[in-house]
Amino acid sequence: MAHSASPTHSGDGETRRDFLYLAAAGFGALGTAVAVWPLIDSMNPSAEVLALSSTEVDLAPIEVGQRITVVWRGKPIFIDRRSQEAIDAARAVSVEDLPDPQADEDRVQKAEWLVMIGICTHLGCIPKGQTAGDPRGEFGGWFCPCHGSHYDTAGRIRKGPAPKNLFIPPYEFTADTALFIG
Amino acid sequence: MKTLTAAALAAVIALGAGQAAAAEGAALPKYDWSFSGVFGKFDRAELQRGLQVYREVCSACHGLKYVAFRNLEALGYSEDEIKEMSAEYSVVDGPDDEGEMFERAGRPSDYFPSPFPNDKAAAAANNGAAPPDLSLMAKARPGGPDHIRGLLLGYEDPPAEFEALEGLSYNLYFPGNQIAMAAPLFDEAVEYADGTEATTEQMATDVASFLMWTAEPYLEERHSMGVKVVLFLLVFTGILYAAKRKVWSDLH
Amino acid sequence: MSGLKTNNAVIRWIEYRLPIFSFLDDAVGSGYPTPRNLNYWWNFGSLAGLALVILMLTGIMLAMQYTPHVIFAFDSVERIMRDVNSGWLLRYIHMNGGSFFFIVVYIHIFRGLYYGSYKAPRELLWILGVVILLLMMATAFMGYVLPWGQMSFWGATVITNLFSAIPLIGESIVTWLWGGFAVDNPTLNRFYALHYLLPFVIVGAVVLHIWALHRFGSSNPLGIEANGPQDKIPFHPYYTAKDAFGVGVFLVLFAAIVFFAPNLFGEPDNYIPANPLSTPAHIVPEWYFLPYYAILRAIPDKLLGVVAMFGSILILFVLPWIDRSPVRSAKFRPIYKQFFWIFLADCIVLGYIGAKPPEGIFLIVGRLATAYYFLHFFIIFVLSYVERPRPLPSSIGEAVLKGGGAAPPAAMAGEKA
Repeated sequence: MAHSASPTHSGDGETRRDFLYLAAAGFGALGTAVAVWPLIDSMNPSAEVLALSSTEVDLAPIEVGQRITVVWRGKPIFIDRRSQEAIDAARAVSVEDLPDPQADEDRVQKAEWLVMIGICTHLGCIPKGQTAGDPRGEFGGWFCPCHGSHYDTAGRIRKGPAPKNLFIPPYEFTADTALFIG
Repeated sequence: MKTLTAAALAAVIALGAGQAAAAEGAALPKYDWSFSGVFGKFDRAELQRGLQVYREVCSACHGLKYVAFRNLEALGYSEDEIKEMSAEYSVVDGPDDEGEMFERAGRPSDYFPSPFPNDKAAAAANNGAAPPDLSLMAKARPGGPDHIRGLLLGYEDPPAEFEALEGLSYNLYFPGNQIAMAAPLFDEAVEYADGTEATTEQMATDVASFLMWTAEPYLEERHSMGVKVVLFLLVFTGILYAAKRKVWSDLH
Repeated sequence: MSGLKTNNAVIRWIEYRLPIFSFLDDAVGSGYPTPRNLNYWWNFGSLAGLALVILMLTGIMLAMQYTPHVIFAFDSVERIMRDVNSGWLLRYIHMNGGSFFFIVVYIHIFRGLYYGSYKAPRELLWILGVVILLLMMATAFMGYVLPWGQMSFWGATVITNLFSAIPLIGESIVTWLWGGFAVDNPTLNRFYALHYLLPFVIVGAVVLHIWALHRFGSSNPLGIEANGPQDKIPFHPYYTAKDAFGVGVFLVLFAAIVFFAPNLFGEPDNYIPANPLSTPAHIVPEWYFLPYYAILRAIPDKLLGVVAMFGSILILFVLPWIDRSPVRSAKFRPIYKQFFWIFLADCIVLGYIGAKPPEGIFLIVGRLATAYYFLHFFIIFVLSYVERPRPLPSSIGEAVLKGGGAAPPAAMAGEKA
């Protein structure tokens, strides 16, 4: 814009002209940038989506050894009431040898209740192992059918392409058998 | 097919005739709302009183289905107050694992439950005239909040020659002057939490203001953003005019 | 080819392989020579382009949130207004953007009528403009149906029923348009698809419109062809600067409406969900359709009413051959100028009548105004033979630089010295 075809002016006129062009371009750029933001922001989660960001679960009907799936923010949450054997198996492992070293104690608030986001950390498939008859992988936990990731009874990655253990959502026990996720 | 087209055409013709026949209600009294004008804002206390009128009077027949309890934060309520208020309502949820719908206490993310399960039930319970949802009422009638306030204050004894239909009430400001809703407000119909005297006019004003908020919840953001945008554009346009003058100055 | 000069190696590399920079420079840059005397009425073409861009950008974002289903459409619009981030802003911009697009385009059209811009050799440029107007009307009509309020539904019902006036096949066409036996979900769904598609067709028509424009360049207030360098100036920086100022003024007015009176052009009834069993007492189209609506209702016969309504736009296609006067600008056609203003007033009267019930005085005035609308084209046909135009200046340069002559240049050119 500054190099217009107009004949040259000298001194002050030129300075004033350049200032005007710069100011116009600056205001235009600023205004456009500010105006574009609402367009982009409209694609972010909307108010009613954010309002549904927590889920409450009644744990009372779940028996030892039973696994259930609930939905939180559109994602499956695996809740596993683990048997003593499963807990023992998870705690017998040498933590340093794991692909993503983490002790079982750091993954649960109560040893009996394992609560995880049921999404494979590889590419987002949902691992098998929630229903009876599902393959549970070589470590008795979960097995992702997409690319063959094996998770153990603490939901830690043991074998296969997934880089991380299954993620733990933010949750708290509001009573002995009442779980609040979110 | 033919009858449908005929019906549609009849509708077109009727709407012309209807315009002719519809006796307009009296001119609405204009109220000086706090939210009108370029810098207008809602009066929080007025909105809270209006909510109380809605909850204690209007909600018996009218829904507010586009308003969630969480939205009430804009009226100045705290998160805990909203939780408490929403828990006073029971909402239908489900189906549960047995396939049954069930009722549970409301949560902030729930919407105001409508008093009737559907429009037909609403009509059946109200002599065939379903009470409309109020969420958008302040934008869905000419005059907006003035219409609502006027309507609530417009119940009077009919003039001597006026014959109201069975079950309808005379209303000065309603088009056609007869309305299916009986006068809903009377002095002291509610006891205001903030101690304001609950005159009919006070309640009508408060609830009209509240319904303007339910219809246009972003009014304040719109006004304040608008002032900034217009000021920015005025300066920008001034600069563009000066630049244009400068560009053209060498032509003559 | 404007002989683009640059030292930037990247631009030169691209330009050699894809001459897009010289293309742009020739289109809206220093390579496009433009008559030096264009006044501010020539700003409205670029403003229409801006309005189209604003509508398409906000429309695409709204389309990501909207649900084209009779059960969810109204609620999804309310969700946009209440829950989507900046959703209310996008919707109000889109809603009012439609009105501003029409305001700008109508001014653009009347500028063309006043200055005779439709005359040879720019007939095709004008015809493409009328095509754009028709596409805009179709797009706007279908867009208005999407919120699925009372006006949406009844507007769709009434307008689609216009086609039932066609003899023999009319009813079948209406059923086909609806995809059923009333305006219903299939109708809404296809209107949504077309409302998304047509703006891109408009863009295509706009490209052709601008292409045709560049064949002979802009007309100008004097209506004489620009000859030689003294009549012309490069589009950039002169008209880019002038257009930019126009954009500023446009945006101020647009923002004032969007932020302080967003429902000014709307109808309260459209905030009531569509009810196929109850027609609102007052049903009127959007303001930009009111003149046509008045013409439709002025004629007591159904078929003739529809023919007259469409004819009122289609007649614009042949305007270049109705007006046979060799002089373009109304500045030099004293009698045509009077009739131009009468015609403009007539259109405004029609718009006013379109918003009123068709009865009593409104019906009479509506009929007179409709008759005059078509009479106007006969009048200007006759006028082109009988009118004696005032003498034309020999060149733009002469009129602008030296002044005097038939038209006072400063007032005429409209730009500040």
